[in-house]
Amino acid sequence: MQRKFLASLAAAATALSLMAGAAAAQSTLRIGLAEDPDILDPTLARTFVGRIVFASLCDKLFDINEKLEIVPQLATEYRISEDKKEIAIKLRPGVKFHDGEAMDAAAVKYSLERHLTMQGSFRKSEINVISAIEVRDPLNVVLKLSVPFAPLVAQLTDRAGMIVSPKAAEAMGAKFGTTPVCAGPYKFVERIAQDRIVVERFADYWNKDAIKIDRIVYQPITDSTVRLANIQSGTLDLVERVAATDLDTVRKNSKLKLSIQNEIGYQGLTFNVANGERAKKPLGQSAKVREAFELALDRSIINQVAFNGEYLPGNQWVSPVHPFYQKSFPVPARDVKKAQALLKEAGVTTPVSFTLMFPNSTEPRQVAEIIQSMAREAGFDVKLEATEFATSLKRSNQGDFEAFLIGWSGRTDPDGNIYAFSSCKGGQNDGKHCNADLDKALDAARAASTVEERKKLYEEATRIIVTERPRIYLYHRKWFVAYTNKLHGFTQVPDGLIRVQGLSLN
Amino acid sequence: MSRYLLRRLAQIIPTLFVVSILIFGLQQLLPGDPALVMAGEERDPEVIEQIRKQYRLDQPLPVRYAYWIGGVLQGDLGESMRIKRPVGELVLEKLPVTLELATLALLIALLIGIPAGIISAVFKNTVWDYGANVIALWGISTPNFWLGILLIFLFSVQLGWLPASGYVSLREDPLGNLASMIMPAFVLGNAIAAVMMRHTRSAMLQTLNADYVRTARAKGVSETAVVIRHALRNALTPVITLGAIEFGALLSGAVLTEQVFSIPGFGKLIVDAVFNRDYAVVQGVVLVTASCYILLNLLADLAYAVVNPRLRTAKA
Repeated sequence: MQRKFLASLAAAATALSLMAGAAAAQSTLRIGLAEDPDILDPTLARTFVGRIVFASLCDKLFDINEKLEIVPQLATEYRISEDKKEIAIKLRPGVKFHDGEAMDAAAVKYSLERHLTMQGSFRKSEINVISAIEVRDPLNVVLKLSVPFAPLVAQLTDRAGMIVSPKAAEAMGAKFGTTPVCAGPYKFVERIAQDRIVVERFADYWNKDAIKIDRIVYQPITDSTVRLANIQSGTLDLVERVAATDLDTVRKNSKLKLSIQNEIGYQGLTFNVANGERAKKPLGQSAKVREAFELALDRSIINQVAFNGEYLPGNQWVSPVHPFYQKSFPVPARDVKKAQALLKEAGVTTPVSFTLMFPNSTEPRQVAEIIQSMAREAGFDVKLEATEFATSLKRSNQGDFEAFLIGWSGRTDPDGNIYAFSSCKGGQNDGKHCNADLDKALDAARAASTVEERKKLYEEATRIIVTERPRIYLYHRKWFVAYTNKLHGFTQVPDGLIRVQGLSLN
Repeated sequence: MSRYLLRRLAQIIPTLFVVSILIFGLQQLLPGDPALVMAGEERDPEVIEQIRKQYRLDQPLPVRYAYWIGGVLQGDLGESMRIKRPVGELVLEKLPVTLELATLALLIALLIGIPAGIISAVFKNTVWDYGANVIALWGISTPNFWLGILLIFLFSVQLGWLPASGYVSLREDPLGNLASMIMPAFVLGNAIAAVMMRHTRSAMLQTLNADYVRTARAKGVSETAVVIRHALRNALTPVITLGAIEFGALLSGAVLTEQVFSIPGFGKLIVDAVFNRDYAVVQGVVLVTASCYILLNLLADLAYAVVNPRLRTAKA
C-alpha cells in the first residue's frame, strides 16, 4: 500500500514537473506600441498601430517585401487582363480562419464586399474601382474594375486585402473588431483598452513552421522615454518608434539591437494657395515667393539639429531611396542670396510675413523653430502657431491656415502618397492647388501598368509640383525599432509594421 | 442624522443634472471635428458624413443632449467612437484600476503626511520640524512626471526590482499588482503627503495650544495620549476635508502619472478620448467622476460627524 502511494506520488511529481516544463517553454513576446490602436476591424480601422497588431492577426491577399515588391500571402498569384479591367487572383489552398472555417474565394468576395458596403468603411475609397467580384471556384476569384487602376494590387497588401471569417463577421456585425477572426498566424485572446492586446499562436496557420513564439502581448506606452526604459529594464522585448535622440542609448546597450528602415511616407509643408481668405497672401499667391522660401531652407540642417542626422532629407512624395523617386529633381541646396533676389523679383515687401501652423508636439515644434530661424535670413517673418492635432486638422480642412507642417504615413503604391493631396478634387487637398496637367498625369499613372510607364508620368507630375510648390516636402522619417538580443529573425519592411513570421526568442 | 443624510442625497440629483449639462455643453466648445479626427489620415468625405450621421453629430445640440441624457437615465452611457465599445463597460474596466491607485496613493500620503505633520508640530522649531518641512517642500515641488521617470530608471532600469510600467490585475497576481502599482502610487502619494503634512502641522499647532489640551496635561495625562487622543482627533477635521478632495482628484485620473507608468485608468482613458474627440467617453467618464466627487464630499461630511460628536447633534 505504502509502495503504491509512493509510486503515485512519484508519478504525480513527474507529471507536475513536465507540466511546469511545458509552461516554462511557453514563449511570450512583449511589444511596446507608441499608441493604443483603434478598433481591430480591417474595414473600420484607421490607425498605424492598429496595422501593427493586424500583422499578427489578419493575413492579407498579398504582402510587400523590403524592396516594396508585392509578394504572395493568402493569394499565391494574380494576373491582370489585357484591357487592365480584370484581376484574376489564385488563392492558397488549405487556409483556415481562426474559427476553423475555410478561407476561400467566397470569403474573399465577402470581405471585399464588406469593405465596399459597410457603413463607415475606410476601405471603400481604396478599392471602389472594383465593380464586381466573381467567384470562379473555391480557389479562384476575379475582380472586375470600372476603370484600369494600377494601385489596386498594392491596396490589397494592406487592410483592404485582409480577409475576415464571414461566419464571425456576420455573427458580430459592427462589433467584429472587438473579437476579430481572420486567417493570420495569431488568434485574438483579449484586449484591455489602453493596457494590452493579447494574441496566441494559431495551430492551424497555413505557414505554422514560421511561427515560433506562443504569445504576443502588445502594450501601448505613449511616452518614448518610458518605452525605452521598458526595454532597457527587460519589461518589454521590442519597442517601435524609438526617438531619434535615443538611438545612441540603444546602440551602446549590449543587450539591445536596433533595426532601421526608411518610411514610405513624408513630412512637409502644405501651403494654402486657393482655400478661402487666408490663401490671399504673397505666400499663397506667388510660386516665386514659395520658391524663395524653399531656397531659404537647408533640409540637412533640419535633419541634423532636430533628428541627430538620422532621418532622410527629401523633396518629393516618395523618399530618395524609393524606386519611384525622380532623380532628375534632386533636393535643392540652400541659397539665401537667390531667395532674397526672388523676393525682390516677386515685388513683395519684406519681411514676408505668414503663420506656420504645426501639431503641438516636440518634433514638429523643433522643426518649425529651425524653419523660422532659417527663413528669417532670407526675408521671411514666420509666426509659429502650435495647434492641438484635432484642431489643426479641422482648420486645415476649412482653409483656416497659411502654411501647415504635416506629414503622411505613406502607402505602398506612390499613388497613395500623391493623388488625394494633389489632384484638383483630392479629398485631402487642403491648400486647393489645382492644375489640369497635374491631374492628367496622375490619372494616367493610375491607368498605366508598367513601372517604367508610371515613372515617366510621375516625372511630369513631379515637375509641376516642384515648380508650383503647393507643398514642400522636407524629410522622410525612419522606423527605429529596438529589441532584445534574445529575439532572432526580425527584419523590417518600409511600411514600419512588425511582421511576426520567422521570429524566435531564446 | 438620517434626515440629514436623506436631505444630502436629494441634493445630489439636481447637482448631477447641472453637471451633465455643463459636461455636455463645455465639451462642444472644444475646437476640432470628431468625425474628421476619427477619419484620421483617410478623410473620405463620404465616410465623414456617415460618421456624423451615425453619431448624430449633424443634429442640433439640445437634440444630442436629449439622446445622451435619455441613454444615461437608462444606464447607457453611449459607445466609444474609436474602439466601438460601450462607455459603461470601459468605465467599469477602468474604475477598479483608478480606485486602487487612488486608495494606495492616499494610503501612502496618510502614512507619510500625518506622522510627519504631528512630529513637526510637536517638535516645533527643532531639527525634526525643519526636516519634515524640507520633505514637504520636496513633495510639493517635485513634478510627478519627472519623479516617475526617475523612479523607473532607478528601480527598473538600474536595480531591476520593479517593472518599468504596465498594469497587472489584482485578481491575476496580487504581488505583481503591488509591484506594478507601488511606484505610481508613491509618486502620487508623495505630492499629497506634503500638503497633508502642512495641514496636519498647522491644525495640530492650533489644538496643542487649546485650553482643553492644557487641562489634560494639568490632569497628568501622558504626552502621547494628549497628542494622539486629544489634539490629533480635533486636528483631523481639515485633514479629512483635504483627503476627500485629493481622493476625488485622484479618481478623476492622475493623467501624467498614469501616462508615465502606463496604468490603464481614468486618466489615460480621458486624455485619449479628449485628443480623439471621443465625446461619449469624455462625457461618461466626467459624469462618473463628478458623481464620485459628490459622494466623497458627502462621505467627508459624515466623517466629520464621526470624529466630532458636536457636529452630529448640530446637523441632526
